Amino acid sequence: MSMITPIERDEQLLVVEGLDKSFGPIGACRDVSFELRRGEILGIVGESGSGKTTLLRCISGQLEPTGGQVLFNSRRHGMHDIFALSEQDRRRIAREEWGYVHQNPRDGLRMRVSGGANVAEPLMMNGRRHYGEMREQSLNWFERVELDLGRIDNKPRTFSGGMQQRLQIARNLIHNPSLVFMDEPTGGLDVSVQARLLDLMRVLVREMGLAAIIVTHDIGVARLLADRLLVMKSGFVVEQGLTDQVLDDPQHGYTQLLVSSVLQI
Amino acid sequence: MNAPSNLPANRVYNYAYLDEQTKRMIRRSILKAIAIPGYQVPFGSREMPVPYGWGTGGIQVTASIIGPDDVYKCIDQGADDTTNAVSIRRFFARVADVATTEQTEEATIIQTRHRIPEAPLQEGQIMVYQVPQPEPLRGLEPRETETRAMHAYEEYGLQYLSLYESVAAYGRIAGGAGYPVLVDERYLMSPSPIPKFDNPKLHQSEALHLFGAGREKRIYAVPPHTDVRSLDFEDYPFEIQSWDEVCALCNCDSSYKDEVILDDDGNRMFVCSDSAYCGERRKQGHSGPLAGHALDQLDQPEDAE
Ligand SMILES: Nc1ncnc2c1ncn2[C@@H]1O[C@H](COP(=O)(O)OP(=O)(O)OP(=O)(O)O)[C@@H](O)[C@H]1O
Ligand SMILES: [Mg+2]
Repeated sequence: MSMITPIERDEQLLVVEGLDKSFGPIGACRDVSFELRRGEILGIVGESGSGKTTLLRCISGQLEPTGGQVLFNSRRHGMHDIFALSEQDRRRIAREEWGYVHQNPRDGLRMRVSGGANVAEPLMMNGRRHYGEMREQSLNWFERVELDLGRIDNKPRTFSGGMQQRLQIARNLIHNPSLVFMDEPTGGLDVSVQARLLDLMRVLVREMGLAAIIVTHDIGVARLLADRLLVMKSGFVVEQGLTDQVLDDPQHGYTQLLVSSVLQI
Repeated sequence: MNAPSNLPANRVYNYAYLDEQTKRMIRRSILKAIAIPGYQVPFGSREMPVPYGWGTGGIQVTASIIGPDDVYKCIDQGADDTTNAVSIRRFFARVADVATTEQTEEATIIQTRHRIPEAPLQEGQIMVYQVPQPEPLRGLEPRETETRAMHAYEEYGLQYLSLYESVAAYGRIAGGAGYPVLVDERYLMSPSPIPKFDNPKLHQSEALHLFGAGREKRIYAVPPHTDVRSLDFEDYPFEIQSWDEVCALCNCDSSYKDEVILDDDGNRMFVCSDSAYCGERRKQGHSGPLAGHALDQLDQPEDAE
């Protein structure tokens, strides 16, 4: 981790330019700009209320920004402002090329259908109609995220918190997306479960060459997973750069506070 | 469809119960529904003199299209003689001055909740369905905004989730009633609680099919000669129910059967769920293994009221 290697997969995947999002008088995101390349993992850190979730929802097409642009390099449209596309095209990009892992598995899973169906859903959403093939693929993904194959037909509510997050991860990777958004994917879990899950995510994301944007409170998570880091405060990006650089030599006062507060523990 | 001008002087309600404005509004929704097969058209559903769940949607559709020259049939399950069917039939006999029948062939309007009759439907006939839940995706997606978007953009992957669950649990696509169909290769539609046995009867039907959901305030339609395809998987093709038994009363081997428990010793019989069809066959001399059973008498079709 200590060696800083320049990212070689050079193609731009996502470009965010001057993004603003306000809720009435509240400026949740203010003039946010950054870029993401294929296969790159970007961490977003910042205190509670700094606008991390809002930013993630804007760049994943769920929330229309009040200003600025979100350009995504999709298979169908090339590099294009997603909010200039029709809702139908935007939804198709989300379905085909993105995953979104929620902090609370209840928001990211369908609790009324089995774990296997949750994992296979993105395949069906993308037009697959062969049960046997989809079954095999979800079994395969159960294995990859280290879930007990015997539980494949059980409802998610019978799974533990950590298992539910594994389900969410499988469900968001099975259709081979190019970009996965994760909002504090290990937030509600105890430390040992967190560590294993993080390790798993690191392996999967690297194996698949995915790009990912991971929101976290946790500097440790950021250090483990992220190539680059974006630090937010009050809706602004106050600092961004290679993870090790930002964490080892924080420039902004807030980042210094963030890093030192972790080190004190 | 026009109200007769020579209204009986003692009539308390407007012809066919609903006022003319309301009927016009419902007819507009029906026309739109016919123009866009399978699409759920909102309409201003009225309070009816029966509770929701008793067929308020179907009754309003019938009231809007019926005229004194119509011949009206109403069935609940497959039978014409159940309480609900009898009272709805009496209702229209009284408020719309129509002749009623139990014979599928004679009817111009057939109102139903659970079945499409066994006798093939003909050109000019209208089936009216009482629909409890018009939205096939509702069980999987509670948000109306989201299901609307799915229909608008033809995103029907979610519906396959219920088929997947079914195969995972039962090794086949189970689910007997309200089996989802794609209409005219465009709109996903719930054919209401008819058994999937009846789904193929909607495909390229000679008749017009109108679906009314009173509580949910939606009307949709399958016009004559429209493609209706039941969803399935490549490796689990759509299949209808079938029975090893013939009808105990009329010997029919191709109809939809109801199972009737005869006693506490587990004896049972299978009979046609379409009682008018079964009765007609018996009249023609067909007789099954339990012909002459007490149920045989109960079931004989009476002459229409
Ligand atoms: N739907 C909304 N309506 C009004 N204000 C909102 C809405 N969503 C977020 N906000 C406000 O925007 C600001 C940023 O919220 P956001 O949820 O993005 O923060 P966050 O960085 O994700 O916080 P946390 O770490 O606690 O999850 C907050 O002040 C929040 O109250
Ligand atoms: Mg948040």
